[in-house]
Amino acid sequence: MVRYLAKRIFYLILTLFIVTTVTFFLMKIMPGTPLTNEAKLSPSERNMVLQQYGLNKPVWQQYISYIVNAVHGNFGTSFQFSDQQVSYLISSRVGPSLLLGLQAIIVGVLAGIVVGSLGAIKKGTWVDTTTTIVSILGISIPSFVLSILLQYFVALKWGWLPIAGWSGFAYTILPTLALAAMPFAESARFVRTEMVDVLSADYIELARAKGLSKFGIIYHHALRNSLIPLVTIVGPLAVNIMTGSLVVENIFAIPGIGEQFVNSVVTNDYPTIMGLTIMYCFMLCVVLLITDIIYGLIDPRIRITGKRG
Amino acid sequence: MADKQQELPKDAFEPLSDGSHLDNEKIAAPSLTFLKDSWRRLKKNKAAMISLVILILLFVVAFGSALIPSMNNVSTNPNLNNLPPRIPGIDIPGFNGTLVQGGQRVNAYTGAAANHYFWFGSDYLGRDLLARTLYGTRISLIIAVVATFFDLTIGVAYGIISGWKGGKVDTVMQRIIEIMLSIPNLVVMILLLLILKPGIPAIIIAIAFTSWINMARLVRAQTLELKNQEFVLAARSLGESSIKISFKHLLPNLTSVIIINTMFTIPSAIFFEAFLSFIGIGVPAPAASLGTLISNGQKSFQFLPYQMWVPAVVLSVLMIAFNILGDGLRDAFDPKSRE
Repeated sequence: MVRYLAKRIFYLILTLFIVTTVTFFLMKIMPGTPLTNEAKLSPSERNMVLQQYGLNKPVWQQYISYIVNAVHGNFGTSFQFSDQQVSYLISSRVGPSLLLGLQAIIVGVLAGIVVGSLGAIKKGTWVDTTTTIVSILGISIPSFVLSILLQYFVALKWGWLPIAGWSGFAYTILPTLALAAMPFAESARFVRTEMVDVLSADYIELARAKGLSKFGIIYHHALRNSLIPLVTIVGPLAVNIMTGSLVVENIFAIPGIGEQFVNSVVTNDYPTIMGLTIMYCFMLCVVLLITDIIYGLIDPRIRITGKRG
Repeated sequence: MADKQQELPKDAFEPLSDGSHLDNEKIAAPSLTFLKDSWRRLKKNKAAMISLVILILLFVVAFGSALIPSMNNVSTNPNLNNLPPRIPGIDIPGFNGTLVQGGQRVNAYTGAAANHYFWFGSDYLGRDLLARTLYGTRISLIIAVVATFFDLTIGVAYGIISGWKGGKVDTVMQRIIEIMLSIPNLVVMILLLLILKPGIPAIIIAIAFTSWINMARLVRAQTLELKNQEFVLAARSLGESSIKISFKHLLPNLTSVIIINTMFTIPSAIFFEAFLSFIGIGVPAPAASLGTLISNGQKSFQFLPYQMWVPAVVLSVLMIAFNILGDGLRDAFDPKSRE
């Protein structure tokens, strides 16, 4: 286990290092300079500014200091908001995104488990057909379309919930639903398939022969065994939510990192883009690592060794 | 016992007519290849067949309309802006050129517009929404084809090489994949945008980097299994070259994995493009993508809802059809579900 962890963490660091390196050099090839009104500056003034920001050093020295700073969580100063540290921009916006993401994955996966098991128990009936259709729709309809529809009908037309903004729990409901659609549909499909397999296993037959109640069989025997593999898709689902949050946060005007990311891309705020890129990569790697570890812990059939398996 | 046998009369036995025993060897149904068999099973799946027909229709209409010169998706006409859908001969509210204004339905086609028919309406610059939607569908389908292409070339080749060679080559190739997997494709796209202009080439390159990884992993896993089977050993001992083995023996056995996985790459590639265009870093104006159209439509959704409904419905139908067809193909090819 320790060896496996060490190896995974090594790859995590390697990945981040590669991404950081690529972003740094791409930034260097980009045309233009970080100085506004460069033409107005005299050569000596220009030199002073370059010296202040360390831009007169050779590229490899800049690269080393960039890496060292990045390790310390310092990604430089935003182009868009003068004198704003990128790290501050990010850290002040992580909260809402994290909250939305967690809510979405919990709501989505829990609802998916319930609906998926219903579909499996009532296999072949209208319940099954409905759940299949709902999950196909959930997978197919893009999150941004769903957000717009939710915002229009639930918030604007019927006036049940606030349209956009971020000041209380009511404001989180619609974006959470929009983000939860995909995890919901994916886990419903997944649980249904697993559960159909499990329900035909011998130990379910035995439990039935023992005279256990239907609920007891489903809850104690079928559900638990169907849920273990679900952990493997939580990682990809988290990634999906991260991507989805970019548009959903934008549509619902939520001050999260997704909204910041889109705005930075549109306004070419490169240091912020870089910082957020590395941040996204880091979160993704950590989520994947955590789900792999959980999978190893909860399924006794899987023993994590030095080799991947 | 022996006596009793002799007592049996001769006519108790009747010789079978000539040739009737040949029936035992006769095969009643024509033998089916794996693909034919899967196709037969797919045909039974109504939803999948409907999706297939819808997709073929969309392909034909989207690319066929490119040949019609009047289908201009970029020419603007300020006199004809924001007109609701009007289809000749149909008098259903929503398709007859009427619009809800101040609580009542009014005919929007007045003055200069009286003789025009915009089947899907026109946008804020007077561009034909039908033509733009078709253009956007074309882009989505092109992206689908491109993603399929990379899946089939890079993905399959990478998987087969990695699985077939094994050892150090495999280890290195798998480590590369692991690193690429943990870089979100959005990040790849944004990095590309630093050096390229937003547009279809940038999207295609981003897809080339990311879309085939899943395919490579699945093909590798399957190749590892196939590699140790007798027919491969036989081919090897007969001195077949690795390339020939992979084309003649591995590829046919990988077909189902490849087809199923391609069907799941396509919707995610289509979504990726629409998503990028929606947030404004995809296909640049004035060209239209379904994502751009939805983003434009969103701005006036409250008053001109058709401007978002049309592209949103087309995009959703496209995604639903690919997903259902993918499910159908998986059921048809999956040996576990064979009767």
